[in-house]
Amino acid sequence: MEKRIGLEASIAVAEVVGLCDADVISAYPITPQTHIVEHLSEMVADGELQAAFVPVESEHSAMSVCCGTVAAGARTFTATSSQGLALMHEILFIVSALRLPVVMAVANRSLSGPISIWNDHSDVMAERDIGWVQIFAENAQEALDLTIWGFRLAEDQRVSLPVAVNFDGFILTHTIEPVLMPDRESVQAFLPAFEPLMRLDVDQPITMGPVGIPDIYTEAKKAHQEVLTQSYGPIVETLDAFAKSFGRQYLPVETYCADDAEVLLLTMGALGETAMTAVDQRREKGDKIGLVRLRLWRPFPFDDLIRAVGKVPVLGVMDRAISPGGPSPVASEVKATFYQQEQRPKVVEFTVGLGGRDTPLSDFDGMFDTLLAVHRGGEIPKPTIIGLRE
Amino acid sequence: MSKATNPVESYLRMDRMPSIWCPGCGIGIVVNCFARALQQMGVDHDELAVVSGIGCTGRIAGYVDIDSFHTTHGRPIPFATGLKVARPDLKVIVMSGEGDLVSIGGNHLIHAARRNSDVKVICVNNFTYAMTGGQAGPTAPRHSIATTAPYGSFDKPFNLPFLADSTGAVYVARWTTYHVRQLTRSMAEAMSKPGFCFIEVISPCPTIFSRRNRLGDGLDAMRYYKNSSKVVNGANTRMVGLDLNGPIIVGKFIDRDRPTLLEAMDEEIGSKLGKRYVPYATTGVQR
Ligand SMILES: Cc1ncc(C[n+]2csc(CCOP(=O)(O)OP(=O)(O)O)c2C)c(N)n1
Ligand code: SF4
Repeated sequence: MEKRIGLEASIAVAEVVGLCDADVISAYPITPQTHIVEHLSEMVADGELQAAFVPVESEHSAMSVCCGTVAAGARTFTATSSQGLALMHEILFIVSALRLPVVMAVANRSLSGPISIWNDHSDVMAERDIGWVQIFAENAQEALDLTIWGFRLAEDQRVSLPVAVNFDGFILTHTIEPVLMPDRESVQAFLPAFEPLMRLDVDQPITMGPVGIPDIYTEAKKAHQEVLTQSYGPIVETLDAFAKSFGRQYLPVETYCADDAEVLLLTMGALGETAMTAVDQRREKGDKIGLVRLRLWRPFPFDDLIRAVGKVPVLGVMDRAISPGGPSPVASEVKATFYQQEQRPKVVEFTVGLGGRDTPLSDFDGMFDTLLAVHRGGEIPKPTIIGLRE
Repeated sequence: MSKATNPVESYLRMDRMPSIWCPGCGIGIVVNCFARALQQMGVDHDELAVVSGIGCTGRIAGYVDIDSFHTTHGRPIPFATGLKVARPDLKVIVMSGEGDLVSIGGNHLIHAARRNSDVKVICVNNFTYAMTGGQAGPTAPRHSIATTAPYGSFDKPFNLPFLADSTGAVYVARWTTYHVRQLTRSMAEAMSKPGFCFIEVISPCPTIFSRRNRLGDGLDAMRYYKNSSKVVNGANTRMVGLDLNGPIIVGKFIDRDRPTLLEAMDEEIGSKLGKRYVPYATTGVQR
C-alpha cells in the first residue's frame, strides 16, 4: 500500500533508490545534492539497503565508479549538482556511448563563476550533448516517481542508456512536501531485475570502450544518435506502464489551460508549479493564458511540442540558463522545432531565475503581459532577462 | 578618541567582518596567525597572493586584504603554480581545507610537491567536509562519525605530513590551532623558504565534526590540543598518523633544500643550451 507522508524531496528520492534495490551508490558531496547521498549512506549503514556505498574523492571518480559497476551488471545510482556535474563531463559521454544504464539525480544548481550554490539550470544545459535521457521533475512526487521510472527505462534493453533526473536545487531538494510513497512490492513488480545488454563477464570476455578509428567512429555516433532518438517509444511506453502501476501519468510534454489559450508560456522544472498558480490568477481575470511544461529534455520531444502548441500564435519560452553569445538553450530548441512548420508561433524569449534569483508571481504577470501584447499585434521583443536589477 | 585597532587588521578586510565562520571554529585562528606572520616578516601587501579553493577554509580568500583568488574546488595548487610561474617575484600562499587539497585536489598536491613548485600550502585539517555538512573526507579518523559514515569511518585516512614528505615537499610541519606562536613562526619560515612547503593545521570544527563526534566545543578542542599534543621536531613523518581523539605529534618535521620547479628547469635547459638560454626563474614575465 502506498503511504502519504511528508518528506523532503531529497529523502524521498533516496528512499525510492532503496525500494529499487540499487546495488551501488557512488558519490561525492556537493550542495544541494548532499541529503540524497547522506540518506542513502545511512540506509546502507542501517542495513535497510543492501548495497555498497562508495564515497570517492571527486565527481569524476564517482561517475567512473558508476561506469565500472554497471559494466559488471550492478544497478547503480549517483547524484550530483553544478560543479560536480561539470567535473563528471568527460565520463558522462563514456557512460552513454557504452550504453551503461546509470541513474543519476541532478539537483540543479548554477555554475561558477561567480561562485553560486543557488538554483538554476546552467549545470544541466551545459551537458546537453552527453547522450543521456534527461528529464525534469516539477515537485517531490515527480522526483521520486521519475527516479523509479528512470531505472526501468535505463535498463530496458531497447534503451540501455543512462538517465538523468533533474530536480531544482533547494526549491525541491530541501523542501518537505506531501508525497505518495509506493510500497516495495509495487516498485519491484514495476522494475524487473537488471539484465544488462552487455556486461563484463570472465566467461565471455568483451572489451568496453576501445578506440573507434575513423572507419567506425561515425557509425558509432550514428548508433548513439539513433538509440537515444528511438528511446522515445520506450519512454512513452514505460511512462504509461508507470501510470498503470502507480496511477500517475507523466508525458514528455504537458500542458495547463492550453486548450483555449491565446498565448502560451513554456516552463521546465519546479517553476512550472508557480506558473500554474500565476495562470490561475490571470484566468480569473479572463486572460486566456496557458502553459506548456517541457518534461523531457533529451531525446527532445519535437512532435509533442508541436502538438502541445497547436495553433496558438504566441509562445513565450522561459530559460533558466544562458548561452553567452548565442540564443538560450531551451529557446533555441523550441525555435528549431518550429522552423520547418507551416503553423508556427511567434516565440518570445525570457531568461529567468539565474543563480537563485527569485521568480515571484509578479514576474509571471509581466511575462504574460508581454505575450498578450504580442498577441494584440505588438512587436516581438528582444530576448529579455526577467527580474534584472538595473 | 582614537579607536583601538588590532595590528593584524591591515591584512584583513574588516568591512567583511563578522566572518561566516562559526564560534569556536579554528579557521579564524589560522588567518590570525597568517596575518601575524606577515606582520613579523614585514611583508608588504603587494608582495604576495593568497589562493584558496572551496570550503569553509576556502573562504579565507575573501577575508584577507591581499590579492587573492577563490578557485574552484580542488584547484588552488595548480592555480598557485601558474601564478608563481608568471610572477616569480610574488610569494604565493595556498590556504584551503584538507578535502579541497587532498581529496578532489589530491593529484595536484602530490605533483606540485614532486616538482617542488614554489608555493606554500597551509592545509586546515578539520577531518571533515565541513562546508557541505560533514561527510567523511580523506583524513577522517577511523571510527569517526560523519554523515556518510553514521557508524564510523572505515577507510584508512591520509597521514598528511607523510604524504607531503614522501612526495617531495621541502618543508613540512604540523601544528594545531592551540600552537599559535609555533604556527606563526612556521608560516614565516615557509614563506621565506623556496620550494613546496606544506603546513598542516589541526583545527576544530565545533559545529559539525566535534558535535557529531561528541568532542565538545571550541574550548574543549583547545584543551585537547594542549593536553594531547607533543612537539617532536624532526619526527619521522611515517609515525605521525592521527587517531580520533588520540595523541597529536606536532612540530617541524622536514626542512631540506632542492631546486624548485623553475630552478630545475633553468638548470637543466641552461646546461644544454649554455648562453643561448635566458634563465626564466630570475626574469619571469619581465623577460
Ligand atoms: C566539483 C565540486 N564538488 C563538490 C563541491 C562541494 N564542496 C564544497 S566544499 C567541499 C568540501 C570542503 O571540505 P574541506 O576542503 O575539508 O574544507 P572545510 O569546509 O572543511 O573547511 C565540497 C565537497 C564543489 N564545490 N565542487
Ligand atoms: S562548519 Fe566547522 S569548519 Fe565550517 S565555519 Fe563552522 S566550525 Fe568552522
